[in-house]
Amino acid sequence: MRIYADNAATTKMSRTAIDAMLPYLETVYGNPSSLHTVGQEAKEALEDARTRIAALLGAAPREIYFTSGGSEADNQAIRSAAILGKRKGKTHIISTAFEHHAVLHTLKKLEKEGFTVTYLDVHENGLVTPEQVEAAITPETCLVTIMYANNEIGTIQPIRAIGAVCRKAGVLFHTDAVQAVGHIPVNVAEDNIDMLSLSAHKFHGPKGIGVLYAKRGIILSSLIEGGAQERNKRAGTENIPAIMGMAAAMEEAVRSLPETMPRVTALRDRLIAGLNEIPHGALNGDAKNRLPGNVNFCFEGIEGESLLLLLDDRGVCASSGSACTSGSLDPSHVLLAIGRPHEVAHGSLRLTLDASATEAEVDAIIAAVQEVVEYLRNMSPVWRELMNGERKFVID
Amino acid sequence: MALYSEKVMDHFRNPRNVGVIENADGVGEVGNAKCGDIMKIYLKIDDDTISDVKFETFGCGSAIASSSMATELIKGKPVSEALKLTNQAVTEALDGLPAHKLHCSVLAEEAIKAAMKDYYDRHGIAYDESQFPAEHDCESCEV
Repeated sequence: MRIYADNAATTKMSRTAIDAMLPYLETVYGNPSSLHTVGQEAKEALEDARTRIAALLGAAPREIYFTSGGSEADNQAIRSAAILGKRKGKTHIISTAFEHHAVLHTLKKLEKEGFTVTYLDVHENGLVTPEQVEAAITPETCLVTIMYANNEIGTIQPIRAIGAVCRKAGVLFHTDAVQAVGHIPVNVAEDNIDMLSLSAHKFHGPKGIGVLYAKRGIILSSLIEGGAQERNKRAGTENIPAIMGMAAAMEEAVRSLPETMPRVTALRDRLIAGLNEIPHGALNGDAKNRLPGNVNFCFEGIEGESLLLLLDDRGVCASSGSACTSGSLDPSHVLLAIGRPHEVAHGSLRLTLDASATEAEVDAIIAAVQEVVEYLRNMSPVWRELMNGERKFVID
Repeated sequence: MALYSEKVMDHFRNPRNVGVIENADGVGEVGNAKCGDIMKIYLKIDDDTISDVKFETFGCGSAIASSSMATELIKGKPVSEALKLTNQAVTEALDGLPAHKLHCSVLAEEAIKAAMKDYYDRHGIAYDESQFPAEHDCESCEV
């Protein structure tokens, strides 16, 4: 038995997406920049995919730029807004403490180049408020970049209201929607979004392909120089098979949301209820404003990597914000941002379900986690100290 | 390639000498929960020989495997020999550790030595301080 519960890391490609790619690997292999028939067939497919993806987002086709994925889209959106801002003497950016590293590391670089960045507190529930954004905006602010849904704890930000605040103030608003698109409804027009990043492999599409949506009138700066692809904003021959796979996967995911969202949400809540039975464990992030498939817990007295390895032995694929799993030395910046102490953040577990999950799988995950947590606690000196009162529980 | 060697996974999945020794002759604890690993070693010493050893570990797979292997390497050995345990010996016995996990073997060595020192201190046995270098600073995580 293998239960893949790490869909926030990546997803299995859907049959629909694979089938949509194959003709563009086998038959329609042309370069869209070529004038001949084979090239022009590829060009038609490219523009067809652009139109379909735009429609799913509530955007116009010319506002869709294909990138290598979410990270590139984040980099390009933020860089572009910074360059536009600097021209007007505006060098202040607003973001949050728990963004994806594609955003945070780009912002850190901009800070070295003279920009100032305000990192808004995300509170214990993992949510920012539009009021915080409004209060942080200054006449120097050129960009607000806040993720739609957090990749670790799954909390969904009040994007529409934040977008409205930015519109009112005349400040560009970018959102990293990598975890949101295909999982919850996202519409750039209704949500007041100026720029948005998405990645195909988070919704059963192929890896290495994504989109940067930039509202008409926003002049993007190229990260990659070369040919005139993507209206001069992203050089390099378009990855047509991946783009076709992405369009097909996105259509399938977005159109099935009315059916999948409530079903996956119910499975998520069943999983949360089961894990809540484990003493001295707690859900990370708001219980309601979170992605349908996201469950993230901290368990006191244990460390996440050993938890993952033993779950893997029992057929459960999960992830953790423990430092030991990442090769970095600190635990997850997301868990620290919501106020979890280091020693508790090391004992975190993220389980992310997709629409193929079943109640039986959820119950098997619960049983495996309960067993492994108890096993590891029994060999943990920290747990012993917690139990005999030498150390205080953080989670009741 | 897997993250860990078969040996590491074996000692992680089936750790030897897990537990506590009541009325131990020496107890050593090293590490920091903030850094994500703590090891605690319990020694029973009879006739200058490590007659029993147990460990408790809070940490990653390699921390648990390093603790397990370190206890195996000293169990039944004369105290003088156990004192010569090095982190390299633990790492080699585990068929290697990933570079960023080597500190787990260092912790295992330090935990064993801390327990030995505790044994000497408790029993009023004179020893050469230089055998027990100060526990290394946990500079890897400045918390």
